Amino acid sequence: MSAFLEIDDIHVAYGKMEAVRGVSLSLQAGQIVTVIGPNGAGKTTLLEATIGLLPSRGRIVFDGIDLRRLEIEDRVARGLCLVPERRELFGELSVIDNLLLGAYARRRDREGVRQDLATVFERFARLAERRNQLAATLSGGERQMLALGRALMARPRLLLLDEPSLGLAPLVVREIFRIIASLRSSGVSILLVEQNALAALETADYAYVLETGEIAHSGAAAALMHDPKVVATYLGGQA
Amino acid sequence: MNLEIALLLAQDGIANGAIYVLVALGTVLIFTVTRVIFVPFGDIAAYAALTLASFQLERTPGTIWLVMTLAGLALAMEVYTLLRRGEAHRLPMALLHYAVLPLIPIAAVWIVGGQRLPMAAEIALALALVMPIAPLLYRIAFRPLADAPVLVLLIVALAVHFAISGLALLFFGPEGFRTEPLTRAMFTIGTIVITGQSLLIVGASIVFGLLLFLFFGRTMAGKALRATAINRTGARLVGIRPAAAGELAFLLASVLAGTSGILIGPVATLYYDSGFILGLKAFVGAIIGGLVSYPVAALGAVFVGLLESYASFWNSSLKEVVVFASLIPVLLWRSLTFAHLEDEDEAEDAA
Ligand SMILES: Nc1ncnc2c1ncn2[C@@H]1O[C@H](COP(=O)(O)OP(=O)(O)OP(=O)(O)O)[C@@H](O)[C@H]1O
Ligand SMILES: [Mg+2]
Repeated sequence: MSAFLEIDDIHVAYGKMEAVRGVSLSLQAGQIVTVIGPNGAGKTTLLEATIGLLPSRGRIVFDGIDLRRLEIEDRVARGLCLVPERRELFGELSVIDNLLLGAYARRRDREGVRQDLATVFERFARLAERRNQLAATLSGGERQMLALGRALMARPRLLLLDEPSLGLAPLVVREIFRIIASLRSSGVSILLVEQNALAALETADYAYVLETGEIAHSGAAAALMHDPKVVATYLGGQA
Repeated sequence: MNLEIALLLAQDGIANGAIYVLVALGTVLIFTVTRVIFVPFGDIAAYAALTLASFQLERTPGTIWLVMTLAGLALAMEVYTLLRRGEAHRLPMALLHYAVLPLIPIAAVWIVGGQRLPMAAEIALALALVMPIAPLLYRIAFRPLADAPVLVLLIVALAVHFAISGLALLFFGPEGFRTEPLTRAMFTIGTIVITGQSLLIVGASIVFGLLLFLFFGRTMAGKALRATAINRTGARLVGIRPAAAGELAFLLASVLAGTSGILIGPVATLYYDSGFILGLKAFVGAIIGGLVSYPVAALGAVFVGLLESYASFWNSSLKEVVVFASLIPVLLWRSLTFAHLEDEDEAEDAA
């Protein structure tokens, strides 16, 4: 069986400096795969190359299609969606406009977009309360929710999440991971980059550990959680 | 100066200002979406007026040659890009977009063949003929440079201005034109006479201002343009193509510039190079709004019109000096009170 997303020996460089060096990973449809690793390991770089924000060498195949020749917008149209580390919201537009623009690629499906908007507001009640507020004036946590909500409006088939729990209060972090797990059961595949290794490993099916641009370990998430090296480095000796 | 003269000058100034409003709004629209300070924008207005004048003199406007050349170039570039990327299936769409659509008004001109039409039809045809120019220029000169710094884009815009105003000399000759009046109506209020023409100009800029407001606030396409202006990366991530947004911005702005040309045609004698000064004055207005705020740009444009009108009463040979000298305090004030938008933009692009 061929994978839903297959990344094969990709290299990504900033000028002369290679930030990702020969990384291969695969993700089956309906899975959550997580990539963990220290700061500067190349996790964000990997996601940005996958969506097409950065040029890369190597093969990226999504649902049987070679992505290399496709522009970002074409990848988005095929069901790929990135929640970037810097969120990239439309600060001077309202919450509701940000969400509607999330569905830009499927804007002709008015009925579907309306339903999804209601679903997002159900999931994130805070966003519903602030629907007419400008995105730039939201709190950090609300902004994270908006970024995730905007991505969901695209009805992605594969969601690329860059540190969705960054800077959130513990209670909200738990909520975010609950949502991630519930997305999987509604058929969305997820490639999850996280600093919160414990929560990521608990939620994911499979995990890769990225160190200085290369895969250092990989395996079933449940197994990595008990791997002594991973426990010592990323789980602070607990678990 | 007594009150009557002051009011007369105000009427003049507001009518002029309303023309600048249309051009200033277009300048802001193009800049925010594509970061291009589109210097030839006033030339587009001049082309519209000169094209209409050609119809009225029963001549074939040289505009058709410009549009055909630009369409040919744009199509060639698009075909090359698509083939290199292996996207041959997009060729029919490109053909429709860059060859068929711009050629429709040209075909209409040929069919009409120098006969007079009703005034409204001639105006519509002149606008339709001029509308593709800016989007085609965008495809040819600016889209390939989408990631270039603002300064590079400005230099290219200057070069494009010299090219198309030079071509206007070739097409329309060195003499000036005035188009037929759109209305001869006059209204008297007390001792003041208000011309129908100036009411038309002010009305048009109010209507276009409102339409733009509705477009940005109510339609998905309008929001997509604003999203592109606010955050290019974010826009791409939700599937908005910057190239398509840029083309739409140039097209809408062309409607504004073309309309301003048609409105100014009957009240000012226009030459092949009159567009530059028009564009520059509107630019002063737009700068007052920091090139990003539509309402402030519109107010700024009215201010420029008034300033020009009063300055010409005191010393008509110095009116341009006064208008452009006013740019200095405006720029000083902006640089002292506002963050440097351009630097911010550049930093974001680098990141
Ligand atoms: N635009 C850039 N130019 C040059 N080097 C860059 C650029 N962006 C990232 N890098 C470098 O590439 C490496 C990988 O960065 P990346 O952002 O992918 O790390 P990360 O794993 O996401 O880290 P973090 O956990 O801190 O988010 C780092 O050493 C970083 O300094
Ligand atoms: Mg990162």
